[in-house]
Amino acid sequence: METLAEIKGLTKSYGKTLAVNNMNLIIPRGKIIGLLGPNGSGKTTLIKMMNGLLTPTAGSISINGCAPGITTKARIAYLPERTYLQDGMRVCDIVDYFSDFYKDFNRNTAFTMLQSLNISFTARLKTLSKGTKEKVQLILVMSRNADLYILDEPIAGVDPAARDYILKTIISNYNENASILLSTHLISDIENVLDEVIFIRDGQVMAHLTVDQIREEYGRSVDSYFREVFAC
Amino acid sequence: MAWNLNADKPIYTQLVEIIQTQIISGRYKAGDRLPSVRELAAEASVNPNTMQKAFAELERNGLIVTQRTSGRTVTEDIELINQTQAHLAEECINNFFQTMKELGYSEKEILKLIEKATEEVE
Repeated sequence: METLAEIKGLTKSYGKTLAVNNMNLIIPRGKIIGLLGPNGSGKTTLIKMMNGLLTPTAGSISINGCAPGITTKARIAYLPERTYLQDGMRVCDIVDYFSDFYKDFNRNTAFTMLQSLNISFTARLKTLSKGTKEKVQLILVMSRNADLYILDEPIAGVDPAARDYILKTIISNYNENASILLSTHLISDIENVLDEVIFIRDGQVMAHLTVDQIREEYGRSVDSYFREVFAC
Repeated sequence: MAWNLNADKPIYTQLVEIIQTQIISGRYKAGDRLPSVRELAAEASVNPNTMQKAFAELERNGLIVTQRTSGRTVTEDIELINQTQAHLAEECINNFFQTMKELGYSEKEILKLIEKATEEVE
């Protein structure tokens, strides 16, 4: 299977704390992959390093054969856990902004999705609810034709009906050479959509399996497997 | 509407069963063209690769045929569809008997209960 991203010996320490500890990982093309792990296991640190927002203490990341930088940013659509958009901007202005910024951005896709979710084009971000703001950001990210989509907690604040719509959109829109890496705690909501899951604990990859492997070998869903493995 | 899937069985085997049922019940008739993997994956709210795997399984047992020009169609082999139906019915009955036995009924008692239930329906 063709490799999209390769992570070798990746380490990030904050003083004495090792957030990511000698991690090795291969991300293939054409897969939807869940990044799962308890709070503080290193998911977001890993994601930030992949997006060039944090510098690794040791090890390497290679995406499409390049280290994180301008070239990889042009091919990765990243949804951070917190918003970076100006509160006073209108939805349509943000679409223009993304359209200027990213060559692979498709305005039609964005407007179609906004319309389907009944989001006003002229509303200012600050007038929208938390969940609607999240939807807008997710739409912006998913309207790009990227190689890798990295979504950090994409559906946490979104209502179940919109969640279904968003998942369907993800399924029918992403292209076969692209992969989606998403971190979430809402496993049961998304596990039917995933190919693979990566379990992370204490900054290391504990397991990298397919969803049906877990179901075949353990006779249980990824959600209940997670609850057992990480039982407190 | 997403398809109803259980948590404890592999997803692709459940997709295989659902599509088999759809063929037996005539939603897709013998010789009908099937929707694309992606369309069906979106309908079921499952990963397209998993749907692809289910299709491959159905192709292997002959219920679905891939034609180079017209995509995927349901087999025209009515006999095979009938066999699949009989097989699923058998499985269904076995499961039912097992559950009833767990509830403490003997085979005779189960048959009596079925007769009674059928009379009530009539």
